[in-house]
Amino acid sequence: MIRFKEELYKWIFAVLALASLVFLVGIIITLFKESIPIFSHYSFFHLLFGTQWYPTFEPPEFGMFTLIFASVVVTLGSMLFCVPIGVGSALYIHEIASEKQRAFLKPIIEILAGIPSIIYGFFGMVIVAPLLQNVLDIPIGLCAFTASLVLGIMATPTVASLAEDALSFVPRSFREASLALGANRWQTLTKVIVPAAGSGISTAIILGMSRAVGETMTVLMVAGGAAVIPKSIFDPVRPMTSTIAAEMGEAVMGSTHFSALFAIGLILFLITLIINIIAEVISRRFRLKLGLGR
Amino acid sequence: MDHEVKIRADKINFYYGKTQALKNIAIDIYSNKVTAFIGPSGCGKSTFIRLLNRMNDLIPGARVEGRILMDGKDINHAKMDVVDLRRRVGMVFQKPNPFPKTIYENMAYGLIINGIKDKSFIEQRVINSLKKAALFDDVKDRLHDSALMLSGGQQQRLCIARCLVVEPEVILFDEPCASLDPISTRKIEELILELKHDYTIVIVTHNMQQAARVSDHTAFMYLGELIEYDETEKIFTVPKEKMTEEYLSGKFG
Repeated sequence: MIRFKEELYKWIFAVLALASLVFLVGIIITLFKESIPIFSHYSFFHLLFGTQWYPTFEPPEFGMFTLIFASVVVTLGSMLFCVPIGVGSALYIHEIASEKQRAFLKPIIEILAGIPSIIYGFFGMVIVAPLLQNVLDIPIGLCAFTASLVLGIMATPTVASLAEDALSFVPRSFREASLALGANRWQTLTKVIVPAAGSGISTAIILGMSRAVGETMTVLMVAGGAAVIPKSIFDPVRPMTSTIAAEMGEAVMGSTHFSALFAIGLILFLITLIINIIAEVISRRFRLKLGLGR
Repeated sequence: MDHEVKIRADKINFYYGKTQALKNIAIDIYSNKVTAFIGPSGCGKSTFIRLLNRMNDLIPGARVEGRILMDGKDINHAKMDVVDLRRRVGMVFQKPNPFPKTIYENMAYGLIINGIKDKSFIEQRVINSLKKAALFDDVKDRLHDSALMLSGGQQQRLCIARCLVVEPEVILFDEPCASLDPISTRKIEELILELKHDYTIVIVTHNMQQAARVSDHTAFMYLGELIEYDETEKIFTVPKEKMTEEYLSGKFG
């Protein structure tokens, strides 16, 4: 009887573990299947590098370059905010903060990470956009810059918390060795601890990037939504995610428009897949380097 | 014991928060000698040697009373430059801890942080120190490989060489062979005997035979107190305290 129970549990957990694999494969198959029709109407090159996105025109145009470009701009822009703030907070928490400050700051960052993205979007739309419009004297508050800023704030906790983990993985013995040789705290930090945590910090940044690239609600609300190549960072843009979110409801099921949106999803999926693989490779190397195993 | 005193500890009490880890320790450590600290785990021997380069400063809530004089100067004095003290008092840790950098970078680190930029000077010092630590022949063809590729024993000798680069006066060994095999251990012991001609050496060890083999003086500690301190030969043959005798004969430990 006990034997049977054990077998049963084994199977139950095996099935549960298999579930994520099934979901992943299911999603990939759906993305491919639904986006295939658009590739039979337009060439891959045309879709990827065309700059005209007019899905409701006759004949419709599905050039995705503008959307991909917008995603890249907004994501890289958000990095300008979340890398310095995130890595800086991690260094502060790890190196300078007292025990009490740390006990206070770490949960704050976790809470920041748990705020629903619609609230960030709301905050960006109602507060940040009008503020920037007034302060910087720009025609529209909802633009690539605002989206970058709000996305950057959103991705900060991811970067800060993972970078802090990377720093705390550095064995204490490295710090002791450095100090025992007569290095001061700053030298120990910049010459030993940060280089040792370097790939871990890179992983943190890349995962922050992956969060920013896939973010939908916020960019839909604050990026402005114009599917044209922006002339400056203060022009409105329309990233891939918000395009799908905004148009999926209107696209007729099975139409070329519908299929084009799936193609955007496919490209987005591939981008995040590549980013995550890079992060995984780097983080594996990091753990090996510090002798932590995998 | 009429030798030149390098370090004098006077009435040292040490606390981790409210727990007292060292009680009224008074001891003289002599120049160019090997002084061993033995005693069961938790007796405070590592805590004591970590006071000598002020590594305990890193522990929050740690507090020291009493004076430690090195060459007659109080190392806990407000005017003492900790960075300079740590350059003069090198330390080799229980577990080999090379940086995840190349062998050469590990060696050059101590010089670079001290602001030395002359490349040929650095190279010369690195080579000399590797030779002194009897490691040069093992690594001369792979100075630019990662230090983590070395065996445990080689890593520990690299750590010794790394601390020789900055020309310390005292070297503290905190159970340097705890994680090494017997052959590597013997090499480290031979090295210690070699190094005492140029340096003052303090070693903490769990291994009584090791203390007998390498040290000139031995201090036996128990529960934060210094029970007995004398020439190693006397400690091992005619200990004055009953407790020392019992520990050495394996009655407790």
